[in-house]
Amino acid sequence: MLLSYLPLLIIALFGVGAFYASRARISAAPQRALPGLPGHYGWYGTLWTVVPAALVYAVWTIIDDQVIRNIVLSDFPELSGAAATLLYVSIENAAAGVMTDDVPMASVELLLNLENLSAAARFALVTAVSVLGFFWGWRRIRPELTARDRVETALLVALFIASIIAILTTVGIVLSLVVETFRFFQLVSPFEFFFGLEWSPQIALRDDQVAASGAFGAVPVFAGTLLITVIAMLVAGPIGLMSAIYLAEYAHPRVRAVIKPLLEILAGIPTVVYGFFAALVLAPSMRNLGVDLGLTISSESALAAGLIMGIMIIPFVSSLSDDIMTAVPMSLREGSYGLGATASETIKRVILPAATPGIVGGFMLAISRAIGETMIVVMAAGLAANLTANPFEAVTTVTVQIATLLVGDHEFDSEKTMAAFALGLTLFFVTLALNVVALRVVQKYSERYE
Amino acid sequence: MVNAGTASSPQPKLVAREVSVFYGEKQAVFDVDLDIMPREVTAFIGPSGCGKSTLLRCFNRMNDLIENCRITGSMLLDGGDIAGSDVDVVQLRTRIGMVFQKPNPFPKSVYDNVAYGPRLHGVAPTRSELDELVETSLRRAGIWDEVKDRIDQPGTSLSGGQQQRLCIARAIAIRPDVLLMDEPCSALDPIATATIEELIDELKSEYTIIIVTHNMQQAARVSQRTAFLNLGRLIEFDETQKIFTNPSEPSTQDYITGRFG
Repeated sequence: MLLSYLPLLIIALFGVGAFYASRARISAAPQRALPGLPGHYGWYGTLWTVVPAALVYAVWTIIDDQVIRNIVLSDFPELSGAAATLLYVSIENAAAGVMTDDVPMASVELLLNLENLSAAARFALVTAVSVLGFFWGWRRIRPELTARDRVETALLVALFIASIIAILTTVGIVLSLVVETFRFFQLVSPFEFFFGLEWSPQIALRDDQVAASGAFGAVPVFAGTLLITVIAMLVAGPIGLMSAIYLAEYAHPRVRAVIKPLLEILAGIPTVVYGFFAALVLAPSMRNLGVDLGLTISSESALAAGLIMGIMIIPFVSSLSDDIMTAVPMSLREGSYGLGATASETIKRVILPAATPGIVGGFMLAISRAIGETMIVVMAAGLAANLTANPFEAVTTVTVQIATLLVGDHEFDSEKTMAAFALGLTLFFVTLALNVVALRVVQKYSERYE
Repeated sequence: MVNAGTASSPQPKLVAREVSVFYGEKQAVFDVDLDIMPREVTAFIGPSGCGKSTLLRCFNRMNDLIENCRITGSMLLDGGDIAGSDVDVVQLRTRIGMVFQKPNPFPKSVYDNVAYGPRLHGVAPTRSELDELVETSLRRAGIWDEVKDRIDQPGTSLSGGQQQRLCIARAIAIRPDVLLMDEPCSALDPIATATIEELIDELKSEYTIIIVTHNMQQAARVSQRTAFLNLGRLIEFDETQKIFTNPSEPSTQDYITGRFG
C-alpha cells in the first residue's frame, strides 16, 4: 500500500528540490539580462522533474491491473468471459484476505507476487524517470535558455487541457446517451416515443405477469415538465425581476447588503428540504383550501411543486438581474434623470433594455434549474404521468421518470432502463435549443451600451 | 453690456444665495452667491475638485442622486425656488437641461435618443409632430446633416463629437430655459471641440448656458461671464474679459496664468 503512493511523494519532493536547485543554478550563473526571472528557471527544472515521472506513474497504474490479470488467468485458458471474471474476482478477494472457497492458492500467490513486483518496479521506474528528468532539465539551464517562454507555454498547455476536459466530458455523456437511445429505438419505435400519449414503463419481469406490456409515449412526461416549469417561472420571473429592480435601483446600500445574501440563501437550501416542505406543508394546505373553495386539488399537484420550485429559483433570476442592472453605467441614469425622467421611467426605458442580455441569462439559468429539478417533483407532484394542463392534478416530469426508471432491479438492457437514456437525450436537446434561441433573441434585441 | 449690474440690466435667470454643499461631513461648496444672466454663457473655472461641477449639479438637483449629499442656502429659477424639498424635481429638470462630461447617448437609435424626453413629457403627441421636433432639435444641435440618413442606427455608433451633439439635441428637445454643461468637450478632440463651441455660441441666443470647463481658452472663447472657484469658494465672478485681462483677485491671476491648478 505504502509502495503505491510513495512514488507520488517522491515526485513531489523531487519537484520542490528541483525548483530550488534550478533557481540556485541560474542565480550562480554570470548575471546578465536573463530571458526570465530566476523563478522561471526553478519552475522549468520542476516541470522536467515532475511531468514525465507523473505520466509514467499514471500510465503504469492504468495498465498494470490488466497485465497482471492476463498473466494470472493465462493458467486457465479454458475460461473466458464472465467465468474468467468471476474466478479473477475470487482470487483478488482471497489475496485481500477475504476467505473464499475453491480458490487456486497458486494463483493467489502469483497475484500477490505480481502486485508487489509491479509496485516495486513502478517505484523504481518513476524515481529513475524523475531523476533523469531533473538532470535533463538541469543541463539545459543556462542563461541562454528562454525559461520564461517555456514555462508560459507549459502553463498555456495546462490551461488548454483544463478547458478541454469539460468539453470532452460533455461529448462523452452525449455519445453514451446517443448509443443507448439508439438501442432503445430498436426496441420501441421513435414514433411511439415522441408522439405517444401514454407513459407507463411497466415491463414484466415474468412472462405471465399482469400488465406485461409497457407504453413509452413521452408526451405526458414532457408536458408535465413544461407545466411545472411554466408555473415555477410564473412565480420566479416576476418576483425575481421585481426584487432585482428594488435591490439595484431603490434599496439603500445597507438594505441591499442584507437582503441580497438572504435571497441567495434560497438557492443554497437542499432541494430535498424544499421537497418535503412542499409535500408536508404546502400540498396538504392547498388541498384543504381546495376543499373550502369547492375545487378538487390533488394532494400531490403540479401547482405545489411549481410554486416551491419557483421560490427556489428566485435567486437565479434576482441575483443575476441585480448584478447586471447595477453594472449599467451611472452616466445613462444621469442622462435619463437629467431629461426629467422619474426613477421608474428610467428603469423601464433605459436600465431594463440595457440589462436585457443579463436578465435573459438569469431567466435561462432559472429555467434550466426548473427543468432539471427532480427531488421537489418526486415529493410534491408525484409519479403519475397524467397528460393534463390542470395544475391541480398530479403530473410527473422527465427527470423524475429518469430517476425512477434507473432506481430498480431491471437489467441494464431492458426497454425500461434504456428509455431513461432516450428521455435524457431528448431533454438535453430541448434545453440546448432553448439556450440557442435565447442567445439569438438577446443578440437581436438587446441595447448594447458599450 | 459692459456695465454689469446697472439698473437697465435684465433680471437674473438663476440666483444662488449662500449655497453650501456637503457630502456627508465633508463640505464641498462654501456660501456661494451667484447671479446667472439670461441668454448668456457663464463659465465656471477652477482647479480639479474645487466644487464647480458640484455647484453646477445643484441647479437641476442632480446631486439628489448622490447618497449623503446635502445642500443649504437658497436657489431660484426666475424667482421660483428650486432648492426646497417640496420642489417638483421632474418639472425642474424639464426647464434646466444638462449635458454631461462623457457623451452618454442611450443605447437606442438616434431618433429615440432625441424623442426620449418629448415622449416622457408628452410634448409632441402625434408622430408627425414628434418627427418634426426630432428634426428641429437635431438641426439646432448642428448634427442633422450628418445623421439624417442613419436616424435609425444606434446613437452609440456615432463618433464622440457627434454623440455629444446628439446629447445636446436630446437636451434641447424638451425646450428647456437653461442648459448646464459639465465639461462637455473634455472627452473630445480639438475639431469636435471647436464644433461644440460654435454650437454653444449659437445656442446662447435662445438658452441660458452654464458651462464647467478645465480649459481656460474655452472659457475665454465661449463665455460672457466667468466664475472662478477654488477649494469650494467662489473667488471671483465677473465679465469674462475682465477675469482674463484684469482680475481683481491675485489667486485668479495665478490660476489663469497657469501658476497653479
